[in-house]
Amino acid sequence: MLYAILCYNDEDSVGSWTREQDAAVMKKLAVVQDGLTKQGRLGPVARLLPTTSATTLRKDDPPVVLDGPYAETKEQLLGFYIVDCKDLDAALDVARDLGAANPGGAYEIRPVGLFQPGAIAK
Amino acid sequence: MTDAAWIDGALTSARPQAVGALLRYFRDLDTAEEAFQNACLRALKSWPQNGPPRDPAAWLIMVGRNVAIDDIRRSRRQEPLPEDEAISDLDDAEEQLAERLDGSHYRDDILRLLFICCHPDLPATQQIALALRIVSGLTVKQIARAFLVSEAAMEQRITRAKARVAGADVAFETPGAAERSERLAAVAAMIYLIFNEGYSAGGDTAEVRAPLCEEAIRLARLLLRLFQSEPEIMGLTALLLLQHARTAARFDAAGALVLLDDQDRSLWNQKMIAEGLALIDKAVRHRQSGPYQIQAAVAALHARAAKPEDTDWAQIDLLYGALEIMQPSPVVTLNRAVAVSKVRGAQAALDMVEPLGERLSNYFHFFGVRGAFLMQLGRNEEARIAFDRAIALANTSAEAAHIRMHLDRLMRDSAPHGAKAK
Repeated sequence: MLYAILCYNDEDSVGSWTREQDAAVMKKLAVVQDGLTKQGRLGPVARLLPTTSATTLRKDDPPVVLDGPYAETKEQLLGFYIVDCKDLDAALDVARDLGAANPGGAYEIRPVGLFQPGAIAK
Repeated sequence: MTDAAWIDGALTSARPQAVGALLRYFRDLDTAEEAFQNACLRALKSWPQNGPPRDPAAWLIMVGRNVAIDDIRRSRRQEPLPEDEAISDLDDAEEQLAERLDGSHYRDDILRLLFICCHPDLPATQQIALALRIVSGLTVKQIARAFLVSEAAMEQRITRAKARVAGADVAFETPGAAERSERLAAVAAMIYLIFNEGYSAGGDTAEVRAPLCEEAIRLARLLLRLFQSEPEIMGLTALLLLQHARTAARFDAAGALVLLDDQDRSLWNQKMIAEGLALIDKAVRHRQSGPYQIQAAVAALHARAAKPEDTDWAQIDLLYGALEIMQPSPVVTLNRAVAVSKVRGAQAALDMVEPLGERLSNYFHFFGVRGAFLMQLGRNEEARIAFDRAIALANTSAEAAHIRMHLDRLMRDSAPHGAKAK
């Protein structure tokens, strides 16, 4: 079974880490990640930019673009995509296409700050 | 787990919201601040024992309010002190309060708190000092260090600023749309001032002043979270991030200023650049341009150029042209002239800055830029005079040292050919 592990924390405090603190945490994480990679068990890893950079597409008819992260509590996180787009408008176009195929709910579009493609052994 | 660092962080990030709400309640800055301080003291005692509250800001507002009210009552009638438990035990009350104070309430509280610091009677330095003390919660010592003045002088400056705003008439009702956007503009300008106070430091003081830049970014992000659909706040945040991203490359080992063209671009902070670019992307969608967005767009063009020669100067020229119309200022024209010199040559650029001489007669950058154009045109004697004037007007030793470097080059170039060092 593949598992997604979603990371939650207070972005103010994580965002205020100094470069050294950040590097120290990343180094410790790398040890765990390297172990998983060697076993062919680590898939993609992404670090998202802060929620201030987020945009939300409500999949209503017609879809509505809102600034800011997804802020409702009545829907639950069901999945995610990682798509290479030249800018936010291109990403919104993809989200609209996906939304037309599967209306209802919302997509939160967040730029990815750091991405490791990973390699899950087949 | 409630360790000291966590509590410290929680108190800092709850501060603008809590002090803002307490100010709305008591309508007096000193009372609000004191109430917050008291609530923090109780948090330090209570949280390690009882665990952190679900909503630290709501807890601090509630406790701060109760303690202050008790103080007021006690000063009226000599009543016995209430039990600590009675004040801090408010699980249910906290929940109710959190519900009542919804997001929009907090939003105007924080905006008001920031706005009070931008009182037009206060000189810029006092606005900044006051905001750092009241909103950011930096200690007087920290602020004094960043401003390179004594603690006593800073204490006095803040006390004076506080006295001024205490007498000021600030509306406590929920602001209307027009008033809100006015407040937002004033607050954005103040945040930019805080940033520039840190950013314009010389290499010798850049390190102690860098926290000002970081604090400005923190406040800009806070504002953006409160006003998520304001393209100018996106622009401001992007501008600060894109400028701050270059920090590590701006000074050499000796503390001398390194110009954009000569910076080691591998030292630029790519994470901040990515965030800045993403924010510009968001802002552009609103098709509602403004000065911060334009300046951020200029910074983005620099950030996107892997090498100085890749810089899209023609686009920068256009952007500054738009900014000149929006916000006419000789400084903007001066910046535009630098782009023009790259696109159309030094003569065109010089023609553009000559009419500014009268208005910028005390501006360091004017003479530095003009001298550079003259030098490019081979008018060395005039260039030397301009550089001499720039040195006389330099604000930091790094600025002066940078111009001296130009002068040295001029001296070499002007020397008789046989003696020219090669």
